[in-house]
Amino acid sequence: MELRYAKTGILMIEILPDKCDFCGCCVGVCPEDAIELKEAEISIIDERCTNCAKCVWSCPIEVIVFNRDGVTVK
Amino acid sequence: MKSNYDVIVVGAGPAGSMAARFAAEQGVSVLMLEKDRDVGYPVRCGEAISKEGVEEFIDSDERWIKAHINKFSFIAPDETEVILQFDSRQEGYVLERKLFDYELARTAAEAGTEILTRAYVNGLLFNDGKVSGVRYEYQGKQNEIKAKIVIAADGVESRVGRWAGLKTHIDFRDMECCTQITAANISVEPDTLYFYFGADVAPQGYFWIFPKGNNLANIGLGVSGKVGKTKSAQSYLNSFMDKYYPDAPVLTSIAGGVPSAVTLDKISAPGIVLVGDAARQVNPLSGGGIASGMIGGSIAGRIAGEAVKMNKPDHILSYDKAWNDRLGKRHLIFNRIKGGIYNFSDEKFNKIAKSVNKIPYEKRTLGKVFTTALMNQPSLLVDVAKVFLI
Repeated sequence: MELRYAKTGILMIEILPDKCDFCGCCVGVCPEDAIELKEAEISIIDERCTNCAKCVWSCPIEVIVFNRDGVTVK
Repeated sequence: MKSNYDVIVVGAGPAGSMAARFAAEQGVSVLMLEKDRDVGYPVRCGEAISKEGVEEFIDSDERWIKAHINKFSFIAPDETEVILQFDSRQEGYVLERKLFDYELARTAAEAGTEILTRAYVNGLLFNDGKVSGVRYEYQGKQNEIKAKIVIAADGVESRVGRWAGLKTHIDFRDMECCTQITAANISVEPDTLYFYFGADVAPQGYFWIFPKGNNLANIGLGVSGKVGKTKSAQSYLNSFMDKYYPDAPVLTSIAGGVPSAVTLDKISAPGIVLVGDAARQVNPLSGGGIASGMIGGSIAGRIAGEAVKMNKPDHILSYDKAWNDRLGKRHLIFNRIKGGIYNFSDEKFNKIAKSVNKIPYEKRTLGKVFTTALMNQPSLLVDVAKVFLI
């Protein structure tokens, strides 16, 4: 399995797009502008993410997970 | 579509539409870009507003008013209910936001604004360090369009301002993370807004039930991102519904975010101004952002129109002061009061509710409730005094 890489090492933040409501809370709290949000598409910009987890805490519906083992390329 | 405009507005919510309208009314060319397919949808909001807040900008219209409100009900953690009747001159509405936003955009169009939906702005153009237009994706193609002034009304995400070098990201503790449903068969008073407080229902925030006629209700809550670290807004909503309305059919269900803080330090830069949630113009105490967003949008639109007409680009930098004088300074105080109230313990909420209920119903006013709350937290008095001094 190939891992994805954040600015600070292995990427550990994962957004589960199938469960997302695209509300923008995570984008608003992201200090690195590391989340891209269109009408119904969302993704992390890996090279900007610092794994700070603020997006995980602010998601109202538990769509963003902190994965200690890292996120793998699908 | 032209290849350049005097003003481009990014986002077609209430703040964006008012910015577009007030700019267009001065005869300058305006284009408003919206990333979603529909203006006004999806709705991520409790939909309550005062009649006064609406009528500063648009005549009331029963097509988008779902309930006329003249009472508040505050429910303490021990379920003590405090009912407050408004002064007869005051009235509130619960809106059908998708129709309301649509109508606001129509008034912007009537003033001369061009509107394009499904247009996703993903970058800014610069000329000599000054914002000079936007990049946007439309039907899979990347486009560029020039503008003398860009008005960023891109909501809680507030990315457009960042690209211009403004610090727009919000501390996660100040983000009120919300989930909201529209449910049927909720038999509450059709003229009352219900607010529930307490550590079990919505710590550092509140839970709301706002009637929308025919026993439909907008139900939801917001909790700080700090709370979300241990329990999400969705879990609180599920617990509440299981307890009070286990069988209520749910017609819509959506997440949202309210940037519940003071306005950003800077909401203008050369070639760009920020309005609405993107500028953090929400009332931090109530979390209400429709009226304040429309006010921010109207000020920005007017100033942008003037700047173009006078050919004085730097005129837009006067927007910060204009906003702060109208509402920004007031929000600073509201934010401090919020800090006091949101830290009340359940016992304190219960005690205040019981004290207020000793005031005869006909003499109970929001002011008296507030005074009673203050007696329990005297340090807040200084902040409240300041509200009246500004």
